[in-house]
Amino acid sequence: MKALDLYSLTLHEIRDKIRSGEICSKEVLDSVYNRIENLDDKIGAYLTLAKDKAYEAAESVDKRIAEGEKLGDLAGIPMAIKDNISTNGIRTTCASKMLENYVPPFDAHVCEKLKAAGAILIGKTNLDEFAMGSSTENSALKTTRNPWDLERVPGGSSGGSAAAVAADEAFFSLGSDTGGSIRQPASLCGVVGFKPTYGAVSRYGLVAYGSSFDQIGPFTKDVEDCAIVLNHLYGHDERDSTSLAVEHGDFTEALNKDIKGMKIGLPKEYFEEGIDPDVKKIVLDGVKILEGLGAHVEEISLPYSKYALPVYYIAASAEASSNLARFDGVRYGYRAKEYDSLEEMYINSRSEGFGDEVKLRIMLGTYTLSSGYYDAYYNKALKVRRLIKQEFEKAFEKYDIIISPTSPTTAFKIGERTDDQLAMYMSDICTVPVNIAGIPAISLPCGFSKGLPVGMQIMSKALGEASIIKAAHAFERNTDFSKKKPTL
Amino acid sequence: MNYETIIGLEIHAELSTKTKAFCSCKNEFGGEVNTNCCPVCMGYPGALPVLNKKVVEYAVKAGLALNCQISLYSKTDRKNYFYPDLPKAYQISQYDKPLCKNGRIKIELDGQEKNIGITRIHIEEDAGKLIHGTESEDYSLVDFNRGGVPLIEIVSEPDIRSPLEARLYLEKLKGILEYLEISDCKMQEGSLRCDANISIRPVGQKEFGVKTEIKNMNSMKALQRALEYEEERHKKILSEGGTIAHETRRWDESKGITVSMRTKEQAHDYRYFPEPDLVPIILEEAWIEDIRKALPELPDD
Repeated sequence: MKALDLYSLTLHEIRDKIRSGEICSKEVLDSVYNRIENLDDKIGAYLTLAKDKAYEAAESVDKRIAEGEKLGDLAGIPMAIKDNISTNGIRTTCASKMLENYVPPFDAHVCEKLKAAGAILIGKTNLDEFAMGSSTENSALKTTRNPWDLERVPGGSSGGSAAAVAADEAFFSLGSDTGGSIRQPASLCGVVGFKPTYGAVSRYGLVAYGSSFDQIGPFTKDVEDCAIVLNHLYGHDERDSTSLAVEHGDFTEALNKDIKGMKIGLPKEYFEEGIDPDVKKIVLDGVKILEGLGAHVEEISLPYSKYALPVYYIAASAEASSNLARFDGVRYGYRAKEYDSLEEMYINSRSEGFGDEVKLRIMLGTYTLSSGYYDAYYNKALKVRRLIKQEFEKAFEKYDIIISPTSPTTAFKIGERTDDQLAMYMSDICTVPVNIAGIPAISLPCGFSKGLPVGMQIMSKALGEASIIKAAHAFERNTDFSKKKPTL
Repeated sequence: MNYETIIGLEIHAELSTKTKAFCSCKNEFGGEVNTNCCPVCMGYPGALPVLNKKVVEYAVKAGLALNCQISLYSKTDRKNYFYPDLPKAYQISQYDKPLCKNGRIKIELDGQEKNIGITRIHIEEDAGKLIHGTESEDYSLVDFNRGGVPLIEIVSEPDIRSPLEARLYLEKLKGILEYLEISDCKMQEGSLRCDANISIRPVGQKEFGVKTEIKNMNSMKALQRALEYEEERHKKILSEGGTIAHETRRWDESKGITVSMRTKEQAHDYRYFPEPDLVPIILEEAWIEDIRKALPELPDD
């Protein structure tokens, strides 16, 4: 293999080559940056590249290896990070005019951890502004295209991170998932995306959207890589009060396991209205493969899931209205040039700095928290949230995992849903309940419809990640969907 | 007509913990501007609060000394409003589940003892400080050293019947907080701040009259004077057949008068909701008992 073609390998393949001394980290970096230079004008995955810092880091890794130091499995591996995760000294824009020139003075917890493990940050990826959206079209800074069809969206909000991995412009990347923002783009771009149990990965440094839903997770080229990255992301962080103080074990131990006797629930509500018949068939064919490997499959019902979308848009928007209030033009970020009073400075800065979808959710959240409406909306949403959570808990008493489509359709055309708010929101109908319940879920490539990737969502109870990895890896070993690459 | 005066006080006391309420910045008065602050207390994107356990301990001390019930379960909430000294544009406070409730303070008036009820004590964070430019300077600056400093807010029942009683109550409360060594209680420096609600009603009437809220009283004397002024103002308006406007007023020390700041219609809707970045505060009886046992002997024991 030519050194410049290294980009097409998986994380674990690159790791093995670095470990054996066959290649060095700098060569891997050359290959990836070369790929980005040739391709990213078309894809638009990256908002910022961090070349100088990346080469410095690669040099240091290579030096340590040359000195005989035994480094972990991420040492020298190039990664991309969604641009709503704080990176010390590298601008973190949230794809918003509001933070276009904001440079954080600190690293997010996950960046600290991954850097310490030797992973090399190559750049920051595009997203829907402040992670609000399902197509990355709400970015104020760039359009990202789906590597499988450049006329189509990569999904969102972590569209840049998904497209980067799908186009071999990074070996893995980080996204954030509030209502499906990792899994839906993973599905649309044909890569593996994982949303951890709420509290399993520290949110410190993630620019908050819906604090009680947000989780950081990885995009990878296959399930083994996913297990490797999860090992480095998980763990308690005392700077995040909602971070769980539990030992997570080694997720790679769930690889290569037999799934005989595993109990799988198929919630009928997730295969009904709004699900593309082709997507439904492909996911059910995937379930048959697991059944063929010895899993027991039963249809189940999760009737409260149909309230997930309204609960999400009330509760997440309420939190967002408060979380995004700090962008007021006083200390950092965009400040309007013209104003005659403090109030006008606030109003003009926020009116000019935020895009329409962000304003819409701020207004919705402000409304539902207002005195006189709080009980009818926010409080009621919290009550229904508890019911949805309990419904999942009950289902997981009987089933190890629950499977559904990740997205009701394959990637849609750029511009196709921008005028139809509800159609856009429906993109997350299968993923939102997972965030409401705080449980983990993966999106795994499971087939193609008219040349576009289809993703299967596998959910488990809170902290049941190992069951998901086990089933996903069994599926992947017996199929070749994860190995398929777009023609670019 | 004879009127009865009804007063309730809201006291804010800065707690003298070593570090701030939700980060590890130093909590000290008078430092060089913007030296005791960090991404957390300056509200940087992605920074998260972690509750300082000492804040809870100090507030529980105050609660026990003021004969309150200590809640084994309480939580924090966000109080949302925009102001340049409030970097997150919300203050972390407690709304419907305060840490302490139903207490009382004994005051002595003309040789008679009287109990003043305490509705609640909750914990919250202080805001930064605006430094206004001179008239030729068209700007204000913000010092965030005070941002995130822990406060307790102590809310009394409307049991106070005169400006003098209000002063005696505040003096007694100040003495207790100083004795517990949980606050400096310096009104001039702002580590003890007092807002008052005052209304009057004809003697014998059960319903409360329309109240006004008075702010900016920076000494014991100012508290008493401001309330005396306001009491007279209410009486004058009512005896002339007028009505009291439900509003917030500021005490102007140099002029010796209160002036309107905002009416009820202009009042903020704070859109309180549970702070999702913090977990509920769950206390154990044994921990509270340890604090109780370690309390110094108090004047009314």
